[in-house]
Amino acid sequence: MNSTYEAVIGIECHVELKTVSKMFCGCANEFGGEPNTKICPICLGMPGALPVPNAKAIEHMVTTGLAFGAAIPGFSKFDRKNYFYPDMPKDYQISQFDMPLALGGSVKYWLEDGTLHECRLTRIHLEEDTGKSTHAGSGDGRIAGSSYSLVDFNRAGVPLMECVSEPELHSAAEAIAYLESLRRTLLALGVSDVKMEEGSLRCDANVSIRPAGASELGTKTEIKNMNSFRSVERAIDNEIARQIEVVTSGGRVVQETRGWDEVNGVTHSMRSKEEAHDYRYFPDPDLVPLEPSCSDIARLMAALPTLPWQRFEQYTAQHGLGPKQATQLIDNPSLGAYFDRVVATGGNPHQASNFVLGDLSRLANETGVAVGDSQISPQDLAELISLVETKRINSKIAKELLARMWEGAGAPRAIVEREGLAQTSDSATIERFVDEVMMSHEKAADEFKAGKSNIVGFLVGQVMKASRGKADPALVNELVRKKLSR
Amino acid sequence: MAVELIEKSGAQIAQEVRSSNVSATEVTDATLAHVEAVDGAFGAYLTVLGDLARAHAARVDERLRRGERPALAGVPIAVKDNMCLEGTRTTCGSKILEHWIAPYTATAVARMLEAGAIPIGKTNCDEFAMGSSCENSALGVTRNPYDPTRVPGGSSGGSAAAVAAYEAAIGLGSDTGGSIREPGAFCNLVGFKPTYGRVSRYGLVAFASSLDQIGPLSRTVEDAALAYDVMAGFDRMDATSVDRSVEPTAGALLEDLRGLRVGIVREFDTKVLGDDLDALYRQASRDLEELGAELVEVSLPTADYGVATYYLIAPAECSSNLARFDGVRYGLRVDGDDVRTMYDRTRAAGFGAEVKRRILIGTHALSSGYYDAYYVRAQKARTLIARDFDRAFARCDVIACPAASSPAFQFGAKSDPYSMYLMDYYTIPMALAGLPALSVPCGWSIPADGSVPMPVGLQLCTPLFGEKLLLGVAHAYERATRHALARKPSLEDVRA
Amino acid sequence: MPQDIIDIRYVAKLARLALSDEEIEVFGRQLGDLLGHVNALAELDIESVPATAQVVESRNVMRKDLLAPCLERERVLAQAPQRQGGFFRVPRILAE
Ligand SMILES: [Mg+2]
Ligand SMILES: [Zn+2]
Repeated sequence: MNSTYEAVIGIECHVELKTVSKMFCGCANEFGGEPNTKICPICLGMPGALPVPNAKAIEHMVTTGLAFGAAIPGFSKFDRKNYFYPDMPKDYQISQFDMPLALGGSVKYWLEDGTLHECRLTRIHLEEDTGKSTHAGSGDGRIAGSSYSLVDFNRAGVPLMECVSEPELHSAAEAIAYLESLRRTLLALGVSDVKMEEGSLRCDANVSIRPAGASELGTKTEIKNMNSFRSVERAIDNEIARQIEVVTSGGRVVQETRGWDEVNGVTHSMRSKEEAHDYRYFPDPDLVPLEPSCSDIARLMAALPTLPWQRFEQYTAQHGLGPKQATQLIDNPSLGAYFDRVVATGGNPHQASNFVLGDLSRLANETGVAVGDSQISPQDLAELISLVETKRINSKIAKELLARMWEGAGAPRAIVEREGLAQTSDSATIERFVDEVMMSHEKAADEFKAGKSNIVGFLVGQVMKASRGKADPALVNELVRKKLSR
Repeated sequence: MAVELIEKSGAQIAQEVRSSNVSATEVTDATLAHVEAVDGAFGAYLTVLGDLARAHAARVDERLRRGERPALAGVPIAVKDNMCLEGTRTTCGSKILEHWIAPYTATAVARMLEAGAIPIGKTNCDEFAMGSSCENSALGVTRNPYDPTRVPGGSSGGSAAAVAAYEAAIGLGSDTGGSIREPGAFCNLVGFKPTYGRVSRYGLVAFASSLDQIGPLSRTVEDAALAYDVMAGFDRMDATSVDRSVEPTAGALLEDLRGLRVGIVREFDTKVLGDDLDALYRQASRDLEELGAELVEVSLPTADYGVATYYLIAPAECSSNLARFDGVRYGLRVDGDDVRTMYDRTRAAGFGAEVKRRILIGTHALSSGYYDAYYVRAQKARTLIARDFDRAFARCDVIACPAASSPAFQFGAKSDPYSMYLMDYYTIPMALAGLPALSVPCGWSIPADGSVPMPVGLQLCTPLFGEKLLLGVAHAYERATRHALARKPSLEDVRA
Repeated sequence: MPQDIIDIRYVAKLARLALSDEEIEVFGRQLGDLLGHVNALAELDIESVPATAQVVESRNVMRKDLLAPCLERERVLAQAPQRQGGFFRVPRILAE
């Protein structure tokens, strides 16, 4: 990116909360299904029907707010956002205007280089999702040029969390890292399955540029229709480039909404009539205020899991893992949990992550058995690691052992004892093997003197074989050289 | 025998049915026959539910055979057509819902039916309950049984006319600014609006959600109490219904008012209502005094701003509540070649003038730039009005005042919207404060033009959740004065 | 308090109401009158007064996260002004 300009990005996410039933009625909150099969008088906005809030959704909101260090105000309320749209049953959306359930807080995220960053949140509020319109008659399913639309209300009334960030991100990479961290955290909290492909996570980006170092914000545009992290990244990069192009060629950026066109890789203007923005918010008279109690807040606070960014810090700073490994473990909950248990039972973290992400993951893929469900308990792996660390066995034996443990051969130490696989470091024994080998290769010494030094490796290999892999390779090497150079 | 039967009160009918002197089916058949004979003249019902009523009657008779004794066994009721009753047309008196069949039943209606009441039909009302005369109904004209040239009041005019003409023993109405109390007064009935949140609004098509409240219209205070006892109480389907135990009222009706202080509102000078009404209300005060009550003057300085406050808050809420009538999911649609045009045409064709006026003023009051000046200011005025009542009730137990600005008027007499709004001048303040209030017959106004005498109503009001005292006082007054009976028509008169 | 005028055309647009010129004229006058009356509220000293959105004082009224029966689709679509298969059908939506 052009270094004379700095991009300023804010992200607005809509996240469908994971609950059994919808926000204000008892219809199932699940993705897909036959159109209009999960509807009732309430979520269809029928005359006389009334909303009653889902306690679980509100709990999820408070949990999320606490996880991001937001303030949970003692008083919160629902408001009506009034505007007409065919897939909005009541032609108003129950949302939160001036008193959301969570205020402030921040999302901590990390970049590939392992550095931790933070982006503050403005607010997190609760609302209801709309139904879905399918635009027909235009061929390409787009609204433009369609001749009619079909509406499915299964999604109408699904609890929706809106999470708005401050404009504190400065590149597509940072925006993605922010989103990844947000996603990981919500998954860890179990408040949503955050699947962009199913629309349970949707985001818009506010993008503006300003001369590097300037303090006031430039005119922003809002980018919509991004349906994967990849498209968010492309769209933001594209929009930053477009704005720089506009400005450097003497133009001015117009405040507007722009849609991301995945196919052509460009954003296009979706400017809307101003009148459409008079939402006439007012407190919903069908609902009473929410006053989260201190005891509920304390209970939810106590129930918070270790958060992804906290684990990242622990893995990198405390256990000395690289950012890539740490991220892999965080993004694979079962491997991560297994790793944590190995470390908890005394396994060296570095070795542990190598085994877990390496050999064990490989075995898991080959056999289709998850590491967590395998015959190798975290204790077993910790034991194996200590056998290697104390040089009781060498890494070659360790690999073989692991494979057999996977098949259920039992605890490593036991196998080593039973089958005498322990590494031999007794020079007398090893010298005997060396002598045998030298004897069957008389010429070796001469060849070595003639400068064929690679003969050493060959001989060491022979000796190792003779010792069935148990000899300490280092010692063997030393003895072989000694004998050759006689 | 059945003929006299349907002249009886709901309490008496239930008694007869419970003691098997008569079956619910007989009561129902008699009532339906009477409706058949007279409703052409009064137009109380938009839909008569003959088959459904008989089916319910059969079910009640079966329950009686099984030894059950439901409180309202066999009591014929009239349901305002803004309350859902599964499988029946629920129109709200509007073209936009003219053919809509409710797929579920309102909680209040369900509780009445569970108690053994028989749904005779759905009654006419001002469109979406917006009006004070029933003239705003798009689907029919309802006449006052006491003088068919006059309105029955509104918006619950159909239920009021039905009960006054013996087409039902109890009528269900909804009161937002006076829509139960005013038609009650116009039709010589007890019209009772409970405390806001006492009766579930689930299934009541919303006009102004923070004000709407369901209540009964009946020929006796005892019937109002019976219906209230059945309908009141928390409903998990309505987040604004109050979760607080209900003290039964039917068994606690007073005989006298000794030891009670009745507040007379200084600002409500009844002289402005004309000599005859002034005389009636002064007499009412004397009657209350004779029953042992101590009269005290109380002040409601902000009550005069009630109408202004109400006509910002109610329209604001209705502008949002009625947005859903858009031709997409149910109800009327007038096509257009894009959604926007379809919306505009559907709503233009589906709503009547008064509904449009309120949607417009409400949208204006909430729109950017006006929200604080109108909506918020009205909400603050609402606080002041409620505080006035708090202060007043520190000095008295019950407030007595007029129930309406005049007796039932001739059709078309209030063509100017604001003059119609003023009919609810005395009932709106209580609605804004959420207070329980009722109108009870307090005498007759003799028109100078020599036309038929028309009933006049006294409004009584108590603090929040004071229903037990309110109905108790009304009962003592009713019993002592018997105004309603003075000129009550017999079935024969009604037929004529 | 704002003066007694109301931009009927703008408000009717927001409220999705097609109005005839006559309605615009009549409603404009009637609502102007009404605003004239409601402007009396300007006389009240309400600066320090809290707003009342509801008279009930209940808080945290919620439901348990449980399933309840849905409506049968055919029953609902049978009342739809226009349907297509299992969907509600509406005229084309013009991007605003
Ligand atoms: Mg939103
Ligand atoms: Zn539902």
